[in-house]
Amino acid sequence: MSIPILQAKEISVVFGGLRAVSDFNLTLMEGELVGLIGPNGAGKTTVFNLLTGVTPLSSGEIAIRSSKDGKAHSTKGMKAHQIARLGLGRTFQNIRLFKSLTVLDNLRISMDHLRRTTIADAILRTRRFTAEEEAFTSRSVELLKIFELDDKKDLLARNLPYGEQRKLEIARALATDPKLLLLDEPAAGMNPQETKDLMRLIAFVRERFQLTILLIEHDMSLVMNLCERIAVLDYGQEIAMGTPAEISRNPAVIKAYLGEEEI
Amino acid sequence: MKKKGVDFLLLLGSGLLVYCLIASLAWVGVIDEYYMQLLSVAGVYIIVALSLNLITGFTGQLALGHAGFMSIGAYTAAIFVMRASLPLLPSVLLGGLVSAVFGFAIGFPTLRLRGDYLAITTLGFGEIIRVVLNNLEGLTGGSAGLQGIPSFSDTGNYTLDAIIKFSWIFAFFVATVATISNLIRSSPGRVIVSVREDEIASTSMGNDVTRYKMIAFTVSAFFAGIGGGLFSALIGYLNPSDFNFLYSVNFVVIAVLGGLGSLTGTVLGGLVFTFAQEWLRVLGDFRLVVFGLLLILLMIFWQSGIMGNKELSITGLVRRIFRKGGRAQ
Amino acid sequence: MVFLQQLVNGISLGSVYSLIAIGYTMVYGIVKLINFAHGDILMIGAFCGYYAFLWAQGSASPVLAVAFAFLLAMAISALVGVIIEKTCYKPLRNAPRINALITAIGVSIVLENGARVIPFMGPNPRQVSIPEAFKGVFALGGLTISKVQVLTLATSLVLMVVLTAFVQLTRTGKAMRAVSHDMDAAQLMGISVNRIVSITFAIGAALGGAAGVLYAMNFPMINPYMGIMPGLKAFIAAVFGGIGSIPGAMIGGLVMGVAETLTKGFISSKLADAVAFGILIVILLVRPSGLLGKSAREKV
Repeated sequence: MSIPILQAKEISVVFGGLRAVSDFNLTLMEGELVGLIGPNGAGKTTVFNLLTGVTPLSSGEIAIRSSKDGKAHSTKGMKAHQIARLGLGRTFQNIRLFKSLTVLDNLRISMDHLRRTTIADAILRTRRFTAEEEAFTSRSVELLKIFELDDKKDLLARNLPYGEQRKLEIARALATDPKLLLLDEPAAGMNPQETKDLMRLIAFVRERFQLTILLIEHDMSLVMNLCERIAVLDYGQEIAMGTPAEISRNPAVIKAYLGEEEI
Repeated sequence: MKKKGVDFLLLLGSGLLVYCLIASLAWVGVIDEYYMQLLSVAGVYIIVALSLNLITGFTGQLALGHAGFMSIGAYTAAIFVMRASLPLLPSVLLGGLVSAVFGFAIGFPTLRLRGDYLAITTLGFGEIIRVVLNNLEGLTGGSAGLQGIPSFSDTGNYTLDAIIKFSWIFAFFVATVATISNLIRSSPGRVIVSVREDEIASTSMGNDVTRYKMIAFTVSAFFAGIGGGLFSALIGYLNPSDFNFLYSVNFVVIAVLGGLGSLTGTVLGGLVFTFAQEWLRVLGDFRLVVFGLLLILLMIFWQSGIMGNKELSITGLVRRIFRKGGRAQ
Repeated sequence: MVFLQQLVNGISLGSVYSLIAIGYTMVYGIVKLINFAHGDILMIGAFCGYYAFLWAQGSASPVLAVAFAFLLAMAISALVGVIIEKTCYKPLRNAPRINALITAIGVSIVLENGARVIPFMGPNPRQVSIPEAFKGVFALGGLTISKVQVLTLATSLVLMVVLTAFVQLTRTGKAMRAVSHDMDAAQLMGISVNRIVSITFAIGAALGGAAGVLYAMNFPMINPYMGIMPGLKAFIAAVFGGIGSIPGAMIGGLVMGVAETLTKGFISSKLADAVAFGILIVILLVRPSGLLGKSAREKV
């Protein structure tokens, strides 16, 4: 439990003169569930984009322990898809499913990096190809069962209700076979009951796939209950880090959320 | 497994049926040589439009220079046949390969760009090819064109010739449809479509998006080149000025008319387009005016084309009829 | 000296490209449409100018007749531009972009072939007669510069200065910049987007019409297809300068003009067109957003 799976050292990014994230540090130990909170516009999603390589770093360094060889790799110079292949899955705050594809295809697309057959196999429909397709399909259906989406596997993603689209995003991230999962406001827009179910689901997949999870969430009670550690971001800087109990007492956090009282 | 085998036989059977029907109608004279030639031309257009649909409809990258790839294939095939006395089949395939090499070379630097830039680059490429073909007089005959390209068949019997030409085109058409549709309905094909849907999401799922765009673009260039090679043997005459920007636009029109992201749509679109163009000839000088107006009206009032992004499924159709029959019993 | 002479010729030609490129870049900046019919507006402007001059030269001095030709060409071009926008592009503003693009190509086909069948326009090319007052050259040392070139440079310069002042200093200009930055936000701020789009098309087409008259004076032959090549080159100029950027289009046009005359003068006139597209591809590889363009970031 005590090996770091992700280490971000003093990462920063500048957008046209604005330091959106400034010298942010984060270490995730294997198996942890860490929350990343902060007021609107604090730079939480930007941190996700930096960690996943969607946005290039201006400075700093990120190392991720690969799920394949168990070694820590610096993500310097890596493209987003290469970082993802180290075993890093993610969801998006504004759902980004492959909307006009089926639920099943949304998952199977995440497995292509595991493909061993060639394009020639696909065109000639070889036996190897069919076997692999079936393997991908059955693995996808298994995952969908966990999220109770298996009976909707042939629906187009855009036709799912909102809550199920959020769940499908998580399932799709899991289909890449990650060890580290970044969830960007997975419960956004859900009602309290749905949120509760989702949290149970997250806890379940965490156990089942032995995941390390970093989670952005607005619902404070949820973060406080679920996470073992919490990092608080404000104006692109980390203002606090600690257990939920520590965070809820931290004056800097209270100030960031409630604003300074004027006397 | 068994279901798939049945599907395959069904498709093969319906393909053969269509072919035999057309060939025998031509043999007895119901379809005359003129219409056979038109069907063959439509076949070539469909092959090129299918290749365009792969990159524009399925991968979501607008390409405006497919006439360029087509002309590379056409000239390569014609030159190999005429100057190296190579048989037609390898020449046509070589045309496709050379075109694919060009596709790779152009796609490599440009496919990482976003938005309309691929459209602009391919447009520029198409124009450059045209200028180069015009200036390579020793090889291509320059602006005078390349004449006397051997045909698929020259038996002297016009009906037989027309049927043989059509058979060539039909065989390549079937191969193109089979290859592209098998590619699309496979794991790499799904990734190609995911690029159209959401590039960032696809990258974040571990997919090398640029590589898949490259694959789609190279395959697309290959089939456009094949279409060109067939065109050279079908028409027997090539001129660089035929492969201009508007010619590229024709294929975009076919793909959009049929429905971007639908292979069967492209087939229907290609047939409608070729025949409409031919029938509009009665309008004389007004033909292109009417064509342009029709194009504008279609784009405004019929945005998703004939098929949208759905496929017309022969197997699905047969199964539905079969199921209905079963239920009735 | 030959080089300097070619440079002068290039800048003169380039200023015409700049005028056309501004139309492309403004329209693209606002509705994200490559307006393929823009080159044909040039053709319409040229024909309007041609007939306006023929009509006016009997009763007015040549200078006034030319001025009248410019004004009428710009007015009719602007009108045509707005009509095209209202009837063909507006219904497609929320449609897939490829539909709008094909529509633009359709408009282009209609304009070119429509002009071909209209008796007083096509299909045969018409010779443009340059009035005596505009014939002749100025000699500056070893350089010669024709009166038409001086007129071309002066007209382009004046139009570009007026346009820049309009976009930078007037309320409408500010609204145009706002719409180009974010159409939805501009709408929420109470800007009438439809009006701004129409004004943009009108201005772009008016400049294209003026460019048509200038082009016809420099290459005194007009025909229904005359707009295609300068249109494509001006479009490349707009991409070169960074599509959406007006100063970029101006610079891009000049670069294209100079590159073209230098190629014609020193390499081969046949390759001039290929060089234009070669420049395009090189710029896209080296700096995809163009000289002055901003690279757009997608929000994740």
